[in-house]
Amino acid sequence: MPKIKMPRGNPSLDMTPMVDLAFLLVTFFMLTASVRVSEPVVVDAPSSTSDKLLPDNVILITVDDKGKAFYNINNFDVRKNTLLQMGKQYKITFTDKEVERFGKMTSFGVPIVQLKQYIDMDDPQRLKVKSPGIPLDSLHPELGDWIRFGRIEAARQAKTQKDKAETAGRDFKYEPMRFAIKADGEASYIAVKDVIKVFTDMEIYRFNLITNLEQDK
Amino acid sequence: MAEVNTGDGGGGHGKHEKKRAKKASTRIDMTPMVDLAFLLLTFFVLTSTFNKAKTMEINFPAKPKDPKDLPKINNALTFLLTREGKDGKENGIYYYYGEFYGPGNKDGKPVTIFNKTDFSKEGLHKLLLDKNKPTVDALNALEERYVKKEIADTTYKRLALAEKGKREALTVLIKADDKAVYKNIVDAVDELNICNVGKYAIVDMGKGELDILNSIKKK
Repeated sequence: MPKIKMPRGNPSLDMTPMVDLAFLLVTFFMLTASVRVSEPVVVDAPSSTSDKLLPDNVILITVDDKGKAFYNINNFDVRKNTLLQMGKQYKITFTDKEVERFGKMTSFGVPIVQLKQYIDMDDPQRLKVKSPGIPLDSLHPELGDWIRFGRIEAARQAKTQKDKAETAGRDFKYEPMRFAIKADGEASYIAVKDVIKVFTDMEIYRFNLITNLEQDK
Repeated sequence: MAEVNTGDGGGGHGKHEKKRAKKASTRIDMTPMVDLAFLLLTFFVLTSTFNKAKTMEINFPAKPKDPKDLPKINNALTFLLTREGKDGKENGIYYYYGEFYGPGNKDGKPVTIFNKTDFSKEGLHKLLLDKNKPTVDALNALEERYVKKEIADTTYKRLALAEKGKREALTVLIKADDKAVYKNIVDAVDELNICNVGKYAIVDMGKGELDILNSIKKK
């Protein structure tokens, strides 16, 4: 019987399609993904059946299980301007570097007098430190001020963007500012009610409560 | 002394050998690039967050300018949320129908009795569907017409919204005491959304209600 001759193939295979795919995926993930940021507090939001998505333009108040309030506003420029306005209100001057650093931070929960120190910390140290929460009682209505200035600055920025778009002849879709509350399921109702009262005192009556999508039990 | 080799690096070839262009392969070794690509891919897959947070929209009642200027609510169902039990970890939910009459009220009505229910399917869900039956039935009829293509989807949405906001429709008031946690509220509101209750509000608990609730809990 004749011997079966194995075909002498080239052991290296063409990787081009695989590389194409890999880079396609890399590009896709790079463009779509938002980086997970480390928050100073971990909150276990309660679950609900609502499947609405959170809008982008939002002021987020986080309430942790102890009832401490944290503030966050999305946009980098708006954040910076909000800090400057707050500094003006409370007679605290922030250096340019501090303002820049604050712009890149996420939510925070310290009174304004401690904020300077908090901004100057390194990122890992900042995560370790225990935040006392933003005061919201009638003597120190800081949370209310943060929300008010954030709202004003966001509106101002939307205005400049709109003007810019109009001079360039483009359409500008204005998305109104929304207010979201992300509270821990075990947070006391009283604490959440206090935060809501800050909003209702400013005649803001519509909120987005952040929840996890309920899984089938 | 060491010789500096300026030649083609081959060395050892004869002087008279003809120089020949090397036949280089046109293929590049892509392995390092692929390694890098997959490394990046893994990194982005692991660090990215896809799921945007889900939210529940809710409206709070505006404060009336005049405290006496409260709207009259007919067909109201009030839920009282609390936490009870020995360790204070059990979710308690009580309800009453209609208006609240405390002990010794002016109208001489009997004191409102609070009924207990729970967050299970047999409890709150069933109760709400039962109380909200006219609206649920009307919505089901609407949906049937929509499925049969008798009405357009915008009309359907509009009619459904109108049906939920009808004057006779069930109005639910949610009141929580200081023991209650945020999760209780969200659960209750969520259940209302499931049961198509269009009119609900989260309001403060009155003193009379709180007293009765505490006395029930003590038992």
